[in-house]
Amino acid sequence: MHTDMFSYTVWIPLILLAAFLLVGLLSDKLKPLVAGLISTAAILLAAVLAYSAAAGYFFGAGLQDGHYTTLIPFEQLWLRFTDTLVIKMGILLDPISVMMLVVVTTVSAMVHIYSFGYMKGEKGFQRYYAFLSLFSFSMLGLVMATNLFQMYIFWELVGVSSYLLIGFYYQRPSAVAASKKAFIVTRFADLGFLIGILLLSYYTRTFDFMTLTQPNSGILSSAAGVSFMGASVLTWALVLIFMGGAGKSAMFPLHIWLPDAMEGPTPVSALIHAATMVVAGVYLVARLFAVYALGAPAALEVVAFIGAFTSLFAAIIAITQTDIKRVLAYSTISQIGYMMLALGVSGYGSEAGLGYTASMFHLFTHAMFKALLFLGAGAVIHAVHSNEMTDMGGLRKHLPITHFTFLIAALAISGIPPLAGFFSKDEILAAAHGHYPLYFWSGWFVAGLTAFYMFRLYFRVFWGEDRQYEHKPHDAPPSMAIALIFLALASVVVGFIPFSHYVSANGEPYTTHMHWQVAALSVAIAVAGIGLAAWMYLRPGTVADRLAAAMPGLYKWSKNKFYIDEIYLWVTRTLIFKGLAWPIAWFDRHVVDGTMNGMAWATAQVSEKIKGLQSGQLQQYAYAMVLGAVAFLLLLLYWGA
Amino acid sequence: METATLLMMRNELSLLIVILLLLLVELFAGQGKRIPYIATGLFLVHTLLGFWPLPEGTLFGGMFRSSPLITIIKSVLNTGVLMLFMQAGSYLQKDSNRGKITEYYILTLATLLGMYFMISAGDFLMFYLGLELATIPLAALVAYNLSQMKSIEAGAKFILLAALASGIMLFGISLIYGATGSVYFADLAEQLQLSPMLFAALAFFLTGLGFKISLVPFHFWTADVYEGAPTSVAAYLSVISKGAAVFVLITLLFTVFEPLFAAWEILIYLMAVLTITIGNLFALRQQNMQRFLAFSSIAQAGFILLGVIAGTQYGMSTVIYFLLVYIFSNLGAFGVAAIVYNSSGKINIDDYRGFYQTNPKLSLVMLLSLFSLAGIPPVAGFFGKFFLFAAAAEKGYYWLVLIAVVNTIISLYYYLRVVRAMFLDRSEEPIGRIHSDVLTRLALAISVAGIVLAGVFSQVFDWIYTVSWGM
Repeated sequence: MHTDMFSYTVWIPLILLAAFLLVGLLSDKLKPLVAGLISTAAILLAAVLAYSAAAGYFFGAGLQDGHYTTLIPFEQLWLRFTDTLVIKMGILLDPISVMMLVVVTTVSAMVHIYSFGYMKGEKGFQRYYAFLSLFSFSMLGLVMATNLFQMYIFWELVGVSSYLLIGFYYQRPSAVAASKKAFIVTRFADLGFLIGILLLSYYTRTFDFMTLTQPNSGILSSAAGVSFMGASVLTWALVLIFMGGAGKSAMFPLHIWLPDAMEGPTPVSALIHAATMVVAGVYLVARLFAVYALGAPAALEVVAFIGAFTSLFAAIIAITQTDIKRVLAYSTISQIGYMMLALGVSGYGSEAGLGYTASMFHLFTHAMFKALLFLGAGAVIHAVHSNEMTDMGGLRKHLPITHFTFLIAALAISGIPPLAGFFSKDEILAAAHGHYPLYFWSGWFVAGLTAFYMFRLYFRVFWGEDRQYEHKPHDAPPSMAIALIFLALASVVVGFIPFSHYVSANGEPYTTHMHWQVAALSVAIAVAGIGLAAWMYLRPGTVADRLAAAMPGLYKWSKNKFYIDEIYLWVTRTLIFKGLAWPIAWFDRHVVDGTMNGMAWATAQVSEKIKGLQSGQLQQYAYAMVLGAVAFLLLLLYWGA
Repeated sequence: METATLLMMRNELSLLIVILLLLLVELFAGQGKRIPYIATGLFLVHTLLGFWPLPEGTLFGGMFRSSPLITIIKSVLNTGVLMLFMQAGSYLQKDSNRGKITEYYILTLATLLGMYFMISAGDFLMFYLGLELATIPLAALVAYNLSQMKSIEAGAKFILLAALASGIMLFGISLIYGATGSVYFADLAEQLQLSPMLFAALAFFLTGLGFKISLVPFHFWTADVYEGAPTSVAAYLSVISKGAAVFVLITLLFTVFEPLFAAWEILIYLMAVLTITIGNLFALRQQNMQRFLAFSSIAQAGFILLGVIAGTQYGMSTVIYFLLVYIFSNLGAFGVAAIVYNSSGKINIDDYRGFYQTNPKLSLVMLLSLFSLAGIPPVAGFFGKFFLFAAAAEKGYYWLVLIAVVNTIISLYYYLRVVRAMFLDRSEEPIGRIHSDVLTRLALAISVAGIVLAGVFSQVFDWIYTVSWGM
């Protein structure tokens, strides 16, 4: 019935896989331009399919009996372990997966187009596009997964492609180190994810999202009933799963990889580390939201707290960074913290699930304006060949398109009406207020910080005086400008989408209203933040330096990112390597290796001893055969009866 | 008899036609270098025809059977032979083989015809005829390199031991006839019971098939013969001949010898343990690539017995799946070894040092094949072993599975030894760049595709599983 009309959605990821294989296998045999065109054509085709699926779903077949149903247009058995434990691969369509389809294909397509200009003439252009296709394939497989296991597989694939893209400039040691760091930190978090999946599926006997998120099915009761160290196993499982999400989405204290990941090419940062992969953690919690909300509200509290804390923490760090990509990286961490917070404070239901809607809404709008910010930053870097704000200034005259689009994005993220960020942030703050006022005030404060650091960046880059540029900075070439303008338009209009009509925790559409008090408060602090930034940075003066000198402690801590990296280093070097690894290594070398070597020695000895059997003598072979036959007979006569 | 019923043996007929056509080609066109292409092309047509499903039924009063499963098995064998033919072309075109190219194809296809009859047999007479037809031409193939003493020695060893094995088996069959008065499989199943005479019959019968599959202690010929035979014949012995015999073994054990389960369970168990362990221990110390692959294939046959002993629909499908994967993996490994030997004359594992530097693509094929043979995830060989172990564990053979797992770890050592030589070791004078012909490369590509795809797509296994119902 309705599922049939969506069966084409299976081609969305497959097209990209085909593009990856084609470009990846032929790589150097293709001309760079051809490779780029193949990948871009694939993502554009996927985007068209995704848009038609979204239109078909939201305005047609998706809405049944007053709420959005989950459709599975395609599902295939992939691995059968036993009759009950099977792993499937499939396509799941529900409001959030369809929304993610649109986000991923849109941003990815823009990044594909933008990269023609940005990566022009780079060595490994074909490799770059192959990896982009691989990433888009994995990300789409992740969002459309029908079960936890499929999601986990694509989750890892996404991690691999991110690793490959961060380390794209593999001649640069810092890029290699950053890619390794990202991989190791997220892998560590994924360990928690995997344990969580195993725990959950052990008690519920299923991996399927459809079955898991069925309210009132009683499937969760067995896991909720067993308790371990003061919390139910279900809570533990969900906290562990959240740990995986926190790793991918760079939540405190697993956020340390994201700023370093900025070593990758800037369009990659826009795609992976701003709009799509990093929100996978938010998506994961949203995907399992019914399980969180109905089965283990305590785990949801953890999500809310981590989200609120991270958003504040990262915003403070962003204030003092001077590398423009790092400012944006911390800003991303902070905004994802918002999304987590919104999920954490949400309840299950339509109106009660305002936080859920708000989180997805913010994910959607954030993808547009944050990708735009990154692409704009890329255009700036492209023009001045530096990431440091101190090397920039007065660029608004040289880069008019970049300047204008960047300004729109900065206003959007600061929550200035009527741009997209205003609406989604408003809903988040309203939801937080309904849950626990402290979350509201911290979120409100973060809104001010956001406006401040964003405009600090904006003023320092685009206003002020010209620096000594190697050559006159030139504005973005057409391919880059198209992407910037498209995303700027999106940042203006997507806020007007009545999101709650489409996405809600239980699938029932409802209508939200503006929360005027919240809106007034948040606009006020945003304007204050912008004003402060203008006062401090618009005029060439010493206000900023004097302020930094007045609060040396706080400035230093923020500038050094609260020394989180150093703490990790100390823990790994001193505690783990010296305290733990050394004794284990000794045991391994002397006891384990000794045993293994002994076994290997014994095997070799036996092998040596019996080599005489294979003598090459025909008579002996025949003798052995007859002897074997007779021995079998005797054995049967003795045992068989 | 109507033509329609005769078409039940369509596969046999079409293979016979291919053989006759090849004879005619030799008569009229001589021994040109085009023969390999003609033969491969004809066989390709035959293989494609073979995929056409056949109904269930019997011919000649029950002597000949046909079923969907049997058709699949024949297609599996066809695929293997086709890949082998694609690889063998460049070897046969050498000047030293002038005048006997067609011989290779006709003899090989004659043995394949024998295997068809063996698999389709409905009574012991047909089975025995098939077995002989599948064995005697093989001896000629093993001795194909008439100019080399080693090849002749291998041929002599093979024919003598094969005769001995056939003799013992025929003795077993006559005991069955003596005990029951019938050689028809369908009648036998009801009449067999646990008695000393039938124990003897069973032991002797297993000796004969054990020889074909090279199970310990009937395996001694394997290494000497593989070493002496041309590489493509060794590959044929290790994959096709062995595969056909395994199919027959599992079918007969679960149809005819079903009542004697308690007896053959012990023998299969014992042979599995011995075969895996001895095969591994000998493989550890081999330097010669062909001897190395010989012992590796002995050990692999031991693993197959795990699925045989499990004996359910699941067990049957695991065996077929494993064999399919094994064909791809072993033909990949043998194929690379053959290319190397034919172009450089090098055959020792140490000669493969630095192979990756000069021939990255070939060494990747070898790597994948060896990974698959060793059972390293995620290539198909891992799932093949995993399913076999799962089938045996499901039936409660935990000790057997444990022994097999320990042996898998030992086998890692020798498979990785080759990988290390190719990828990590440096060499002063590595094997030079090799350029192989299109057909060979295509065959290797099919191997690689099989190794990767059969692991990724579970549909392959599910499909086999569905068809295995009611063997």
